[in-house]
Amino acid sequence: MVQAITQVTGSAVPLLLDDIDTDRIIPARFLRCVTFDGLGEHAFEDDRIQDPAHPFNKAQFQGGKILVAGRNFGCGSSREHAPQALMRWGIQAIIAESYAEIFFGNCVSLGIPCVRASRADLEALTKLISADPRTSVAIDLLAQTVTAQSEGGQQLKANVEIPPGARQSLTTGGWDFLGQLLDGEPKVRAQVAKIPYLQKFAVAT
Amino acid sequence: MTDSRNLFNKVWDLHACQTLPSGQDQLFIGLHLIHEVTSPQAFAILRERNLKVAYPERTVATVDHIVPTQSTARPFVDLLAEEMMSAIEKNCRDFGIRLFDLVDNRQGVVHIVGPEQGLTLPGMTIACGDSHTSTHGAFGSIAFGIGTSQVADVLATQTLALARPKVRKVEVTGQLKPGVYAKDVILHIIRKLGVQGGVGYAYEYAGDVFDRMSMEERMTVCNMSIEGGARCGYINPDQTTVDYIQGRPFAPQGEEFERAAKWWLSLASGKDAQFDDVVVFKAEEIEPTVTWGITPAQSVGVKETLPTISSFPADDQKVISEAFQYMDLKEGQPIQGLKINVAFIGSCTNGRISDLREAARIVKGRHVAAGVKALVVPGSQLVRKQAMEEGLDKIFEEAGFEWRGAGCSMCLAMNPDKLQGNEVCASSSNRNFKGRQGSPTGRTLLMSPAMVAAAAVTGAVTDVRELE
Ligand code: SF4
Repeated sequence: MVQAITQVTGSAVPLLLDDIDTDRIIPARFLRCVTFDGLGEHAFEDDRIQDPAHPFNKAQFQGGKILVAGRNFGCGSSREHAPQALMRWGIQAIIAESYAEIFFGNCVSLGIPCVRASRADLEALTKLISADPRTSVAIDLLAQTVTAQSEGGQQLKANVEIPPGARQSLTTGGWDFLGQLLDGEPKVRAQVAKIPYLQKFAVAT
Repeated sequence: MTDSRNLFNKVWDLHACQTLPSGQDQLFIGLHLIHEVTSPQAFAILRERNLKVAYPERTVATVDHIVPTQSTARPFVDLLAEEMMSAIEKNCRDFGIRLFDLVDNRQGVVHIVGPEQGLTLPGMTIACGDSHTSTHGAFGSIAFGIGTSQVADVLATQTLALARPKVRKVEVTGQLKPGVYAKDVILHIIRKLGVQGGVGYAYEYAGDVFDRMSMEERMTVCNMSIEGGARCGYINPDQTTVDYIQGRPFAPQGEEFERAAKWWLSLASGKDAQFDDVVVFKAEEIEPTVTWGITPAQSVGVKETLPTISSFPADDQKVISEAFQYMDLKEGQPIQGLKINVAFIGSCTNGRISDLREAARIVKGRHVAAGVKALVVPGSQLVRKQAMEEGLDKIFEEAGFEWRGAGCSMCLAMNPDKLQGNEVCASSSNRNFKGRQGSPTGRTLLMSPAMVAAAAVTGAVTDVRELE
C-alpha cells in the first residue's frame, strides 16, 4: 500500500491554456535518459524560453503545488516523463477542464490527483491566484471540492470531479497498482487458459 | 444466438481476469512491445522490487526513437543515446526478452515491426509505452499506449488495471476522390471530431471505405486515433487481414493458421452490434488535407483558405490565435503555395512500403525544389530492403532526396534529424505540436506522403492531383 491521498493543499500555478501536449511539458530531447532524475528543471523548457512571462519562470509561482490548466491537458505522447517532470518541479495535483487519457492514467500511477473543474471556476481561480500568488488552494478528493483563500481574504469554493476509479485508488492508497495486479496471479492464469491465441487456437470462445 | 457485442467488448471480455477494488478490470495483455525510451525506468522498478518478467515470451523489444539514420556505428556520437541503447540491450539480456537490435534486419519503428513480423494479430490486447500503439488496432486488436509505470505492470504481471472505455463507431462510406489517401481520411475525422473528441472512447472505423483499404492504409488510420483523443482505434478483421498475416514469421502456420483465421473473422462486430455512439462521414467530402496549426485538428483541405479566428467558438479562440502566431500564418490565407524548407517522408504513420511507392511515383522524373532539404526514412530495415529491391531508393536519390536508414527520425526530436530555426516542414508524420520536430520554433505541416512528395518537388504546399 502506498500513502492515501485525500487532500492536496498549497499555492497554485495558473496555466489556463488548452491542448497543452506532453512534448511541451517535457521536450523530447530530455527523454534521452535512463532515469527520471533531473527532469523537473526542464518542465516546459521551450515554452519558458519563448515566453519570459510563463508562470513556471515567475518567482512568485515557484513552490506551487497545484497546477491550474485548461482543456485536454497532457495530450499527445504517452511519455510518463511529462508527469514526472511536473512532479519533480513540485506539482502535486492538477485542476483542469479535461485531460488526455494516457496522461491522466500516468498521473494516477504517480499519486498525482487530476480533478476537473468548469471553465468558469477555472477562470475565477486563475484570476484569484494571478492577483495573489500566495493564495492557499485546497483540493478535497472525498468532498470533490476546491477551496481557495487569498491573503487578502478573498475566497472561492467550487465543485471538482474525479472519476470514481481514480478517486477510490488515490483516497485508499491503492494507486500503486502493481501489488494488486501481482496478487491477481491465480486469476490471470485461469484466464490464460481461455484465450485462443495462447492455446494454439484450440479453445472455443 | 447472435452476439450483439462489438469486437472491442468481445476482446475485452476475453482478457478481463478480474474486477479490482477501484472498479477497473485487470486486463491480460497478449503482446507487449517495448522500445528504448519508455522502458529503462520500468526495468528499474522491477529491479527495485526484485521482480521477474512474468511472460518474457510475450514482450518484444526494438529500438527506433534515438537511432541515428545516417550512421549506426557504435558507440553513437550522442552519448546519451548510446547509454539508452546499452540499457535496453542489458535489460533484454537480463530479463530474457527478444530484442530486434540494429544488427538484426527486423529492427524498425515498433509499430511497423509488430505487424511486419506477424506479432500483431486480431483479437489480441496489445500495449506499448508509446501512444501510437493504436496502429495495431488495424488488425482488429485492442491496442493502446501506456506510461512507464504501466510498462512495469505489464512486465511484472502481463496485465494492466484499466477502465473499459465506451465504443464509438466512426463510419466512412462512399468513394474517396482521386488523390485522397488514408492519411486524409484520418486527418478529416480528427478535424471534424476534434483532438479530444475521442477521450473516453475506442474508435471502431467501419464502412466501405475501410473495407476496401489495404492493411497498410488501415494502419495509417488507426495510428492517428490518439491524435483524435481516442486511446485506441480498430478495424474489424476480414479476408484482407487474414491474407496479410499469412506466412509472416511469428504468425501461426498450417492447421493452426486455419483455426486462427476462423476465430479472427468471428470477432468482427456483427450487423446488430451495439455502440455507445455512431458518427458517419461521406468519403466524397474528404479532400487532400494539410494541417496549418499546432494540433492535428487544425487542418484544411488543400484548396481551402485558413479559417478566421472569429469563426471558432469563444473558448477555442485562444488556442487558435496561439497557433496562428506560432506558425506565423494569417487568417484567410490559402494553404496551397505555402513555401516549405524541409520534406520528411517516414514515421509509423506513413513509413511503409506502399507509402514509399506512392511518394516515389510522384517524385519520379522530377527534382526536389532548390533550397528544400528532403529525406525519406523507411519505417523498418525490411521496408528499406524491399524499397531498394524495387529501385525506389534510386528514384528518390536521383530526385535529390536523402535516402536514410530505418528509425523515427524527424518525427520527433530524439535523434540527429531535426528542423533548424523556424523551418517549415511538409511531413508525413502524425504530430504538428510546437517544437515536435526538434527545433523549438520549427513548424510542421502534416499531410499524406504523396502530398509531401509534391511539396518537395515544387517547394511549396501543392495539390498532388495537379502533378498527376
Ligand atoms: S515514428 Fe514518431 S510517432 Fe511513431 S513511434 Fe516513432 S516517434 Fe513515435
